Amino acid sequence: MSTRIFGSGIRRREDPRLITGSATYTDDLTLPRMAHAAMLRSPHAHARITSIDTSRAAAAPGVVAAYTHADTEGAVAPAPCAWHLPDSDLKMADYHCLAKDVVRYVGDIVAVVVAESRYAAEDALELVDVGYEPLPAVIDPEAAAAEGAPQLHDEIAGNQAFHWQVAGGDVDAAFAEAEVVVSDRIIQQRLIPNAMEPRAALASYTRATGELTVWNTTQNPHIVRFLTSLVLGLSEDKIRVIAPEVGGGFGSKIAAYPADFVTMFCSRKLGRPVKWTETRTENYQATTHGRDHVQQVELAAKKDGTVLGLRCTVHAGMGAYLSTAAPGIPTILHGLMLSGVYTMPAVREDVYGIYTNGTPVEAYRGAGRPEATFMLERMMDVLAARLDMDPADVRRKNLIPRFEDGHDVVTSLTYDSGDYPAALDKVLSHADYAGLRARQKAGPANGAYLGLGLATYVEICGLGPSQVAGAIGFQGGLWESAIVRFHPSGKVHVFIGASPHGQGEETTFAQIVGSELGVDPQDVKVFHGDTDNTPMGWGTYGSRTTAVGGAALALTARKIRDKAKVIAAHLLEAAVEDMEYEDGKFFVKGAPDQHKTIGDIALMANVAWNMPKGVEAGLEASTFYDPPNFTFPFGAHLAVVEVDAETGAVTLKRYVALDDCGPQINPVIVEGQVHGGVVQGVGQALWEEAVYDEGGQLVTGSMLDYALPRADLLPDIEVLSTVTPSPHHPLGVKGIGEAGTIASTAAVYNAVLDALRPLGVSSVRMPLTPERVWQAIRDAKKSAP
Amino acid sequence: MYAPDFAYYRADSVAEIGRLLRKHPGAKLLAGGHSLIPLLKLRLAAPPALIDIGRIGELKGISVADGRLRIGALTTHAQIAASSEVAAHAPALAAAAGVIGDPAVRNRGTIGGNVAHADPASDLPTVLLALGASFAVATDDGERAIPAGGFFQDMMTTALGEHDIVTAVDVPTAPEGQGQAYEKFSHPASRYAVIGAAAAVGLTGGKVGRVVVTLGGLVPAAIRAGSVEQALSGQAPSADAIADAAAAVSNDLGPDLIGDIYASAEYRRAMAPVCVKRALTAALKRASSVAEAPAARSPWWKPSWL
Ligand SMILES: Cc1cc2nc3c(=O)[nH]c(=O)nc-3n(C[C@H](O)[C@H](O)[C@H](O)COP(=O)(O)OP(=O)(O)OC[C@H]3O[C@@H](n4cnc5c(N)ncnc54)[C@H](O)[C@@H]3O)c2cc1C
Repeated sequence: MSTRIFGSGIRRREDPRLITGSATYTDDLTLPRMAHAAMLRSPHAHARITSIDTSRAAAAPGVVAAYTHADTEGAVAPAPCAWHLPDSDLKMADYHCLAKDVVRYVGDIVAVVVAESRYAAEDALELVDVGYEPLPAVIDPEAAAAEGAPQLHDEIAGNQAFHWQVAGGDVDAAFAEAEVVVSDRIIQQRLIPNAMEPRAALASYTRATGELTVWNTTQNPHIVRFLTSLVLGLSEDKIRVIAPEVGGGFGSKIAAYPADFVTMFCSRKLGRPVKWTETRTENYQATTHGRDHVQQVELAAKKDGTVLGLRCTVHAGMGAYLSTAAPGIPTILHGLMLSGVYTMPAVREDVYGIYTNGTPVEAYRGAGRPEATFMLERMMDVLAARLDMDPADVRRKNLIPRFEDGHDVVTSLTYDSGDYPAALDKVLSHADYAGLRARQKAGPANGAYLGLGLATYVEICGLGPSQVAGAIGFQGGLWESAIVRFHPSGKVHVFIGASPHGQGEETTFAQIVGSELGVDPQDVKVFHGDTDNTPMGWGTYGSRTTAVGGAALALTARKIRDKAKVIAAHLLEAAVEDMEYEDGKFFVKGAPDQHKTIGDIALMANVAWNMPKGVEAGLEASTFYDPPNFTFPFGAHLAVVEVDAETGAVTLKRYVALDDCGPQINPVIVEGQVHGGVVQGVGQALWEEAVYDEGGQLVTGSMLDYALPRADLLPDIEVLSTVTPSPHHPLGVKGIGEAGTIASTAAVYNAVLDALRPLGVSSVRMPLTPERVWQAIRDAKKSAP
Repeated sequence: MYAPDFAYYRADSVAEIGRLLRKHPGAKLLAGGHSLIPLLKLRLAAPPALIDIGRIGELKGISVADGRLRIGALTTHAQIAASSEVAAHAPALAAAAGVIGDPAVRNRGTIGGNVAHADPASDLPTVLLALGASFAVATDDGERAIPAGGFFQDMMTTALGEHDIVTAVDVPTAPEGQGQAYEKFSHPASRYAVIGAAAAVGLTGGKVGRVVVTLGGLVPAAIRAGSVEQALSGQAPSADAIADAAAAVSNDLGPDLIGDIYASAEYRRAMAPVCVKRALTAALKRASSVAEAPAARSPWWKPSWL
């Protein structure tokens, strides 16, 4: 492997087109005869539709058609949920693409208007006459599970979508023998993912051929194609799904959405291309949200800080319907990570997935792991405070020691490799933790209280072995694929099944090919996101593209190398066993001057004038890679905050992030991923929350009220790393897309609560707005003896 | 996010704005568009016509003459924040303009649009009230000047008549030695003011002389904090005196304050003194004693002939 290419921070080749505005997103596309769709969405969180009349809208100027559920009966099936969580009594309510009789969240689609322009369609929406009989609504998952709560779906008692349990070890014994038990009630508030590009679909159905082409803002075009065939009853081979440039997803572009299917339906019905692009308002109301847990957590420990067990109950709000992958997020991706980086003898968690009158909840960057990490990391700090130990010492006492090839944990997973103590130590010494603690001891300066917050974490990435996918009810595989094709001039095309949308794999995958085969990454072009010209793949989410797809690519490059070696041996008139390969050159052992480059071989293989006997022409290979295990990146983060006790305002002063994702293909891209991830996690701790009012209206309905992180509120992020290769990945890499988000919410929260400790505050609801912090300080003062 | 239909006209002079306004009843002026266009896109406003005033040269620019700064209505927040004249003669205005929204908002939004729109969470009304600004207004029958004190009447309500056009904002230049400051608690999402406090203070003989304190963000329209001014005036500006005076702001706040999911009325009420205190402290730091009266001398060195 050439270290020159692998591991070098070359610039992202995606960026010139992204930052000069020349990238082509779905909404940039215009087709001949294209019409525009606008969705009429429910203004009620819960209501019965008593009447609906589209005739005035249909007659409005420029309007082509208007449809309601009745028009789609038999032509559009409900949007499917594709994660059938086993052993959970899962109850899936029909998610009709156009609401049937009842609307269940503000944003549920009631009708669609198709017109010659988007403006005409929007104007006509106001002419659709809908009668609603409002019904009581419920947003809080715990309240929705309580007796007497408004019921969303007739056939589903108590709004319970599922009850899932993870248990390992003897948790009751652990609590019985505990010398200390600490507990907390934690609210993981609802978040809005806020991809920069809103969602869109452009559907073009050709009646003459029966073929449907869909340009769609998706993280997984192959899954969309498959689900489209089911929902619209079209043959899969007649559907082509293209994810053109996609401006971020963070999980919100995994699902196959009702609005997309409605757009496809319109195109099919009208025989014209139809485009729909959501507004930011629709994005807030109807594109999936994240988190929404009410967690009741208890940790059992000995007086010396040794943890014995964790017990918790989680009410996870699912929203009004189950989104495509939703049931797996608060369960598999959450519960299995409960023991974290610690030697934890016993855990038990009960997760109740609850229907509420909120927007459906899906994966959001980190997807289940931030919620698990937060619970555990918060408990470690609460335990430290109770025992008057330093949070770093409590962690160190319980960290799993270094392991290189497999470590079984109580939740039944086998972590691949890790060196958690090294990560923690490196962060502490880099940050001068002892010095910071000394400064903190000196007391507040000018009313500003210093706080330090740690989070040590491990996450599950590289989803995953397909056999496991089947066992956990994921209705698909989780392998990835790659094709590598050399052209006569030595230039390379790579085709992958995954679908990057901002992460930078066009660059890092070119680096993989470059380092495996000695070609200039500039000469490698990576194709993705088009079901007609890429091999099947399951998509980009869960930090899996490099962890799984990158492995497929590396193995494919090695197949090419093997074939090239055979051809080189033939051309050099030597035995294959005597051939050596180094940096793109094939030569007979001991005679590197007489060599063939990969370019020479690409030319020969393509013209095929002089091939070894029995060797096919062409230089191309493919791999379908099903990983033997997940990967388990890990790290340690430290946040340093100041809290202004007078106003409750929190300032993040320093942030140190150590993430170990194995060997780094491109450290600049790794750093970028860490930055983005950390910032989104800080956003949850300090600013972000989707707030609904009593009636189920989304109060934070725009960016005027929903507070996204801003550059001027953040310090420079100090990015560190250690390198612990995954033993089972051909390149040792693990995944970095979500790491930052997984640790940072807990680190910042812990830091703020550490600052507030001298003021007697032990719990504050996130986000930690000045008012909440100020109120908590006041309450603590009042209740102080 | 799709505005309803409207007709579009562009005016090239102030006179033409007037003609167009009279011709198209209900028409709205379009300046930077950063308050008006969001209203259109949310379909909260549906004027039949927009009159674009954005290219009228006579409404742009900053000049100083006769003890006042004249700022054309179309001058952007960014231009005000960057102007050396404003920095020299109305530093609190420069500071406030510099913390409006974000760079995009500051590059488009105009001072005329800001004051005409009179959003309670705006920064400029608060600071212009503190500095004793007045607005030059073109009306159907000529020009008039409206002092800031009578201009901002209520939430989104000003003294402007239907055909009135703000042409410029006049700000008295700061007297020598006056310290000014603008202190803002920003909403983390919109960046509008949750509370904004402006202070302009002079020192005479080491004591607080003329002092003006105003407050916005938490009230429907910017107000003067008379109780604070009274409490501080004539005092030696110690930290305690400032804090005590700032606490008096509660007397200036009516019973109904603005609150939202980010910051309740109760929280804003509790923070008003903090914000005022910080504005005063900063302003006093920048004030320098002028016309210092000779200090009372101790008898031991008093010349014997006196
Ligand atoms: C994201 C965002 C954040 C913001 N944050 C802040 C903030 O922190 N602080 C703050 O103070 N403001 C803030 N604003 C508002 C911003 O300052 C606006 O630019 C300003 O309020 C309006 O100025 P404009 O030139 O854009 O006016 P426009 O939107 O064009 O017009 C606003 C109104 O004023 C009328 N009008 C415009 N010019 C004149 C004139 N010369 N005479 C008479 N009437 C006129 C228009 O007809 C319209 O009714 C923010 C805006 C946005 C979008």
